[in-house]
Order: sequence, then C-alpha cells, then structure tokens
Amino acid sequence: MTARIEPIIGRYLHLELEGRDHRIYFEEAGDGIPLLCLHTAGSDARQFRALMSDEAITSHYRVIAFDMPWHGKSSPPAGWEREEYQLSTSSYTDMIMSFARALDLDQPVVMGCSIGGRIVLSLALEHAGELGALIGLQCGAYVQRYYDSSWLNRPDVHGGEVCAAIVSGLIAPQSPEEHRWETLWHYMQGGPGVFTGDLHFYQVEGDIRGRIGAIDTTQCPLFMLTGEYDYSCAPADTQAAAALIDGARVVIMKGLAHFPMSENPELFRTYLLPVLDEIRGASKA
Amino acid sequence: MIERLPELVNGDAALVRRGRYFTDVFMIEVGDVQYLVHVRQGRIEEVERGPFVMRSWRFAVRASADIWDRFWQKLPDPGYHDIFALLHKGEIAFDGDLQPMMANLLYVKAVIAAPRMLAAGKAS
Repeated sequence: MTARIEPIIGRYLHLELEGRDHRIYFEEAGDGIPLLCLHTAGSDARQFRALMSDEAITSHYRVIAFDMPWHGKSSPPAGWEREEYQLSTSSYTDMIMSFARALDLDQPVVMGCSIGGRIVLSLALEHAGELGALIGLQCGAYVQRYYDSSWLNRPDVHGGEVCAAIVSGLIAPQSPEEHRWETLWHYMQGGPGVFTGDLHFYQVEGDIRGRIGAIDTTQCPLFMLTGEYDYSCAPADTQAAAALIDGARVVIMKGLAHFPMSENPELFRTYLLPVLDEIRGASKA
Repeated sequence: MIERLPELVNGDAALVRRGRYFTDVFMIEVGDVQYLVHVRQGRIEEVERGPFVMRSWRFAVRASADIWDRFWQKLPDPGYHDIFALLHKGEIAFDGDLQPMMANLLYVKAVIAAPRMLAAGKAS
C-alpha cells in the first residue's frame, strides 16, 4: 500500500463564546463556496472526512467542519470541571455564527446532521440573510425521548461503550462494516456526559415545532435529507417538519440512517451531489 | 432460533470477547414463550425454554412473536432492525435490573440479533 496524505488541513481557532475563551479545532479542504458542516451529538467533525476527500465536492466547495466545544479535539472552557455541560439553542446558534464570522465565511452553506439538522431550522429562522443555503441531515423539529439518557453517564456503565451501543442501531444494516465501526469509535471517544449534554438540546430544550412555519425558504433555500433507517429522526419526522415549511425540499435516502456522511459516504454522495450542484447553480444565477 | 444461540454466539470469538465480563441469566420472551439465556464470560452456556415456575433472571427483553419475526429477517425493515428502534415504536419491553444489559449493550444487542445469521444462511 502506498503512503498518501489526505488534503484535509486541521487548525485551532481561539474564539470567545458566551464570554469565555474557547479553543476550537476545525478541519477544512477545498476551494469555493464555504460549506460549513455540523456533526452529530456526542461525536466530532471527523464524521465529514470523506466529504473533505471527495474532489467532486472540494473542487467547488470549501468544506469546513469544527469540533464543538467539549467534543473531539476542542477543549471544554476553563472551569469545566465544576459544571454540567448542556447544549442549548442559543449557545449552539451563537457558536455556529461566531465561528462563521471569525473565519469571514461569506454566505456559507450550512449542513448539519441530527442536532446539526435541528439547529439548521433555527438558523433558517434567525440568520437566513447571512447564509447561502441550509442542508438538514436527519432534520426534524422535535424528538420524543424514547430511552433514559442517564444510562449514558454513570460510573457503573462504561460511557464510551454505551454511547456507541445506543447509537449502533442508528446505522443502516447495509452500511459497510468499516464505516459502521469508525462511526461508533467516534462515540466511544466522547467525554463523560457530553453526549447527554447534547441530547438536552435535541430531546428537551430544542423543540422548535411551534416556530418553523415562519421559515422563509425564498430568502435561504432549505434541503432536508433523511435516511430511511433512522428512528431518532425518522423520515416521517422530517416530512412532518417540512409540511410546515413552504418550499422545504425533502429527500428520503434509501439504505442510510442517522449518520449518512460517515456510515456510508459512497452512497450518501449520490444524494448530496445533486443538492450541492443545485445550490451552486443557483448561486451563479 | 433462540435455542441455537450457543452455536451462533460461541463460534464468534470477537463477540465472546466483547462479552467477557458478562456472566448472568437473562430472559427473552417471544410472545407467550419464554427463554432463559445463561451466559458465562460471553459464552452462551445454555438456553432453556419455558414455561418456568419461580425462576430468577437479571433482565428480560419481551416482544411479540410477530415483532421478533420481523426483527430476525436477514435484512429487517426500517424500525425493526434494532431493539432500540423497537423501543421507540413501543413494540418491545425491557425490565428487571437493566444495569448489566446497559453495561454490555453492544454484546447483548449482538446476541439478540444473532438469529439473523440463520436467515442469512451464514449458519447451517
């Protein structure tokens, strides 16, 4: 096997969020329209590594993904040891927009998955004028809590093992073993309580059903792509949200589940490329 | 299906290793039929078929025969492919002491899904 270096570059950004210094790790590859990617709860930006090595994407898009604070190679803020991490709509929105402004991203396309798919709906409401387009993967307005997330962070259950085991069913049965287990590995590496803290936004605080009817897709196009095997955000959940939003475009992805970009990148690109081509075509017009 | 768990699991060294800290008895209920699965350090020692009178077990996983039939397909339909997908649909119940189940969840999920190998023709 020949050694090779991937085109992905990683750097650290110091950014003030909610009045505190944060050290944020981000990766990028490609040139063109900024495509800011948001990872799922309890994971990190490595989920987008296949997109960043896909020339069909990077020849037209500057693909950027950051690890949220507490995730991946981004640190929790100083003093974290005395607090409980909990993501909220406002802290998540502030993080994304602050990051985009810090990097001077001009009209970025924002693509988020799961919690990232949810926050895309908030961005559509509050920041449509600053964004080129929005892509929600596994994007729904609400999820009913269906298991007790306190199991994810307690001393008599290994946190890495159980977080991976909880999400293992959110990968489609057909997805390649190599990608399935890499996706799970990211969950195994999450810090204690971080996945649970993200789920606070996803399952409790971030219910946005009552607001999404005001989204104006003529100001910022919204695409919603959902894998058929996802039960955390099932196709019916995406379709229910889209039914409230004029002009929202829905694609149900066969053979994929909750982690399309990392569980089966080869299949996912067949759904994503037409969307990216359409966004690029519209941006030229 | 369930009776064949010893051969399905014990022949998979990686799965046995994943369950190496799991030694316990748990119940799988398929409609009206109860099974007790005896596990020692990741190996399935025995599967007993009920009915049982006054037997102890650590945790139980219960669903209808129809649901298990859909779950054990070679390629299950969406929503029938994972026990937590069934939980989301309200089609399965977990009860008893769930700590050993949650502490060994990747292992327990793989054991419960092992009969799919029969549908897939990977075990004869």
